[in-house]
Amino acid sequence: MMDSMSLASAIRSANSKALEVLLQGDPVLVDVLPAENLIPELRERKILHAGPPIEWDRMCGPMRGAIAGVVVFEGWAGDLDDAADQASKGCFDFHPNHHFAAVGPMTGLTTCSQPLLVVENRTTGNRAYCTVNEGLGKVMRFGGNDESVRDRLAWIRDSLGPALGAALQSCGGIPLRPLVARGLTMGDEMHQRNVACSSLLLRELAPALASAVADHSDLSEMLAFMGSNDQFFLNIAMAMGKSIMDPVRDIELSTVVTAMTRNGTDFGIRVSGLGDEWFTAPVEMPAGLYFPGFSAVDANPDMGDSTIVETIGLGGFAMAAAPAVAGFVGAGSVAEAAGITARMREITLGEHSEWTIVNENYRGVATGIDIRLVVETGIVPTINTGIAHRQPGIGQVGAGVVKAPLACFEKALRALGERLGLS
Amino acid sequence: MRSTVVSDQNDTPAGGTISSELLHSPPRVVNVGLAVFAADLDAQDVDVVHVDWRPPAGGDKDLARLLSMLTD
Repeated sequence: MMDSMSLASAIRSANSKALEVLLQGDPVLVDVLPAENLIPELRERKILHAGPPIEWDRMCGPMRGAIAGVVVFEGWAGDLDDAADQASKGCFDFHPNHHFAAVGPMTGLTTCSQPLLVVENRTTGNRAYCTVNEGLGKVMRFGGNDESVRDRLAWIRDSLGPALGAALQSCGGIPLRPLVARGLTMGDEMHQRNVACSSLLLRELAPALASAVADHSDLSEMLAFMGSNDQFFLNIAMAMGKSIMDPVRDIELSTVVTAMTRNGTDFGIRVSGLGDEWFTAPVEMPAGLYFPGFSAVDANPDMGDSTIVETIGLGGFAMAAAPAVAGFVGAGSVAEAAGITARMREITLGEHSEWTIVNENYRGVATGIDIRLVVETGIVPTINTGIAHRQPGIGQVGAGVVKAPLACFEKALRALGERLGLS
Repeated sequence: MRSTVVSDQNDTPAGGTISSELLHSPPRVVNVGLAVFAADLDAQDVDVVHVDWRPPAGGDKDLARLLSMLTD
């Protein structure tokens, strides 16, 4: 066993390496392809979901609702009741997206026929995937599952997905590092505010999309769909985050967090030096603002893989760059938004050289969450999030801020101590 | 938490005597811990600096011991 000074020094070296890999990530949006082409293990009756592992009996309402919807969408059941009945009898295999280089927002369901955005990290060569954002309102990611939801998914599968794939292939991909840098200067934090990045993406993609889609009516529908969805970029930011963080995994002794995610029941984190183990705790309720007609009694506990954007230093960590979002999620004043970013600097190891915050004199966003700093200070990651209705089939009811549970980080630290024979 | 009055005099008073400087000059206070003490002093126009400090790991001795072995 190393002495304390050597051990601390070895951890410092491991974290320097982890931070270097994180900061040098060069994500490029390269394609959109059917999930079954990208994830060979994804076959019939296998469903990937957001968050750490969970089985049907512990799933929350919107997760169950979305599963019933996607099972009907895939043709594995005749109707929603049949789908839920089959799910309760163990007819489907459930796995986290994170186990397959994928992420998904809110319920985050990924099944074989859905088209996935492909982001390639050009520095490390790995790829990560995320579904295409469905738009606002009643959508599957918030537990929506009726015919309108399934029809939209079918249109994404049959029309938008292939067109986006063809456009991206023809233009050689869209580098995301500079696009996000610009979006930050325009007031996005890439979790609850993506209006700038969605617009910038559409501007880059539209010419190639126009070449790829022969029918003007189809093209018009696609441009209108993307142009009317301020959150279209969120799913791209998520795949980007996953492509950046996966190469940070498995660095011996590193205490850097490589994933934070939630499934509506549990919050889970992974830590570089602790392999594929999940450290979980009950997920917390978001505090936020509600759409007209809804209130906190309607809210489901927090969920989604979208916390991957906080893991790389965006979202709540970059709140100071996006003062407009502070009001939207009920986080308070502009000064309070800056305060949240300042607190996140207390638990991170570095700053991004290109992703900067204008009103902090171009200081880089805080990145590289260290479980030691979280446990020592008691400051937990702040996450900007959407709020789903607790009942299946209803959808989004608000947006807010939620804290990562401290217990996840304490468990991870204890596990590291045990592995090192310090307990 | 604690509040410490800082005198202008660098040397520690010997033999239990209190520096006259300390008694006859306005106090300058460093407050460590609970912010409410600093706020009260500030409200009375006392020169105060607050240090946001809390015990490592929220006072959990096992975690604090682990941290001491895993950090520089």
